[in-house]
Amino acid sequence: MSTPTKKRLTTSAMIASFADPGQPTSSAPFGHALAALAEQDQRIVGLTADLGKYTDMHVFAEAHPDRFFQMGMAEQLLFGAAAGMAEVGLVPFASTYSVFAARRAYDFLCLDIAEPNLNVNIIGGLPGLTTGYGPSHQATEDIAIFRGMPNLTIVDPCDSVDIEQAVPQLAAADGPTYLRLLRGKVPTVLDEYDYEFRLGKASVLRGGNDVVFVSSGLMTMRALQAAQDLAEHGVDVSVVHSPTIKPFDAETVLRETRGDRLVVTLENHTVVGGLFETLAAEMAKVGEQQRVVPIALPDRFLDAGALPTLHERYGLARGSIVSKVLAELA
Amino acid sequence: MTAVSASRTEGLDLAARADRVREAAYRMRHHMLDMGEVQGQGYVGQALGVADMLAVTYVDQLRLKPEDPHWEQRDRFLLSTGHYAIALYAALAEAGIVPVDELDTYGSDGSRLPMSGMASYTPGMEISGGSLGHGLTVAVGMALGLRLRSSSSRVFNFLSDGELDEGSTWEAAMGAKHHGLGGLTAMVDMNALQADGRTESVLSIEPAEEKWAACGWFTQRVDGNDVEALLAAFDAAAEQAEPHGTPSVILCDTKIGRGVPLLETREKAHFMRIDEHEWQQCRDQLTAGFEGASA
Repeated sequence: MSTPTKKRLTTSAMIASFADPGQPTSSAPFGHALAALAEQDQRIVGLTADLGKYTDMHVFAEAHPDRFFQMGMAEQLLFGAAAGMAEVGLVPFASTYSVFAARRAYDFLCLDIAEPNLNVNIIGGLPGLTTGYGPSHQATEDIAIFRGMPNLTIVDPCDSVDIEQAVPQLAAADGPTYLRLLRGKVPTVLDEYDYEFRLGKASVLRGGNDVVFVSSGLMTMRALQAAQDLAEHGVDVSVVHSPTIKPFDAETVLRETRGDRLVVTLENHTVVGGLFETLAAEMAKVGEQQRVVPIALPDRFLDAGALPTLHERYGLARGSIVSKVLAELA
Repeated sequence: MTAVSASRTEGLDLAARADRVREAAYRMRHHMLDMGEVQGQGYVGQALGVADMLAVTYVDQLRLKPEDPHWEQRDRFLLSTGHYAIALYAALAEAGIVPVDELDTYGSDGSRLPMSGMASYTPGMEISGGSLGHGLTVAVGMALGLRLRSSSSRVFNFLSDGELDEGSTWEAAMGAKHHGLGGLTAMVDMNALQADGRTESVLSIEPAEEKWAACGWFTQRVDGNDVEALLAAFDAAAEQAEPHGTPSVILCDTKIGRGVPLLETREKAHFMRIDEHEWQQCRDQLTAGFEGASA
C-alpha cells in the first residue's frame, strides 16, 4: 500500500473567476456581442496581440476570420495598426490585457488614437484585481492612467448584461473607448433589475434610506450582494451603478449622494485616481462637503495568490464590505 | 492642375522623369531655405538632405488629387518624423496641396504649418508624427485596412534612421511581412545623425539592410541624393505592390545640407542655426549648384 500523498494546494490564479459558486453566468459575452455586431456592420474588425483566446476575441475570430487580425505579442503595433485601420474607415476593436494597453502602449493609444479622436475600441482584459498572477498582470491603476487621456471614454462594466449592451454603443461612439473586459464565464446580475446600459450614464439600481453605494465594474455586483446582507442588519442601502467612469455622469450621481446618507464608493481599482477620486472631484467642484468612504484596492503592488483570498485580503469581498459599512455606522 | 499626379505612370522615359524630379527638388530646397529663414533655425539640414527622396515621392510616385487631399483612392504618405515637417511642407507646396505663399507662415502662431507636423493642422498630412517609431505601425494598419476594403492605394512611410532604434519599428516590420503587405513601402533617411550625435555612436543600427532583409522585406539601399537611383528603387518597390506581396524598404543614404555647400560642412548639424546673413548665401549656393549641374 502506498503512503497517502499530501493534498496539494491549488489556486489557478490566471483563470480564477470572481463569480460565486452556482451564480448564473454567460460565456464570453464580449466575443459573442462583437461577432453579432459584425454581422450588421461590415466596418467592424478585431485585432489582438497574442491574447485572442484570453480576451474572448477568439469568438469573433472564428465567426469572422477575414476581419480578424493577429498582431503577435506586439502591443505598440496592435494599437498603431488599429489607428491605421480607423484612418481608412474601419471600426477596430483591439484586445490585450489592460496592463499592456495602459503601461506598454500608452504613447500609441494617446498619439495615434486619442489625439486624432479615432473610433478605436480598446479592450483590456484582467482589469483591477481579476487575476492572482501578481503586479505584472494586475491592472490596478489603469483607470488612473487613462483618465488623463483626452477624448477617451472609459467603461467599467459590471456583468454580461453590461458588456453585451455596451459593445454596439462603443462602436457607435465616434471617439476612442476603453472597456475593462470581464472575460470567460461572466456573471449575469443586472438582468434582475430594471436596467439598461447607456454609455455615459449612471443608474440607480435600488433605493435605500441609510447608505448610498456608488460603484462600477464587478464591484456593483458585490455592492448589490452587500446591500442584501446589510438589510438583514436593518441597514437600508441604495446602489448607484456608474459603468462609465469618463465622461462621468456627475448629474445623476451627485443627485443621489446629496443629503445625509453615508456615501461609499466601491471599485475594483486602486484608491488613487479611480471612481473615488472622480466622485470626490465632482463634489469639490460644486462645493459638496460630505465624507465619502472608499472601498478600493490599496495604493500598493498586490500579492499573488488565489482570487477569493485576495478579494478578502484587500476588502473587495461581500463580507468585508458589510463589516466596513457596519463599522462606519456604529 | 492634374487630377492625379504620378508621372511614373505617364509614359515618360527615365531621363525625362529624372529632370522633372531634379527641378522639383531644387524648388523644394528653395522653399525649405525660405521657411528656415522665417524661424532662423530648424531641421533645415535634414530637409535639404531628403529633398530628392520627397521629390521622387510627390512628383513621380504618389497618386493624389491636389485639390482633394482626402480623396479616398489616394496613396498615403506618412511622415513619422514629425520634425521633418519643413521638408514635407515644401513637397506639399510643390504638389499643389499647400499654396506656395502660405509657406511664409511656417512655425508662426495660427499657421497651418507648425514646426512639428500634425495631421489636424495641415492638408495632406496623414498623421501627427513627433513621437518616433509610430509611423510604421499605423502604416501597417492602413495597408491592412485598404486591402480589406479592396483598395489598390499604396502606403508609404517615411522614417529616419534614428527610428530604427525604436522597438515598435521592428514590431511593425515583422507584422507587415507576416500579413504580406506588398502595398507598403518604407523609405528611411539614413543621414547617420541623431540628436545626441552620429548614429553609430548613439546606437549602432548597421548592417541595416541585413536587419530588414531578415524581417523578410524586399530591401534596397541607394544614394538618397541620386535621383536616377531613387527612381529605379521606387519602381522596383512598386513591382512588389500586390495585395499579398512583400513589403519594401528603401534605405536612402543622404547628405545633410545637400545642395548647399555651406551647410553640408557645418559641424553642428542636427538642429541647425544659420545666421541672418547666411540665408541668401545658402540660396545663391543652391542656385549655382543646380545651374552648374544642368549646364
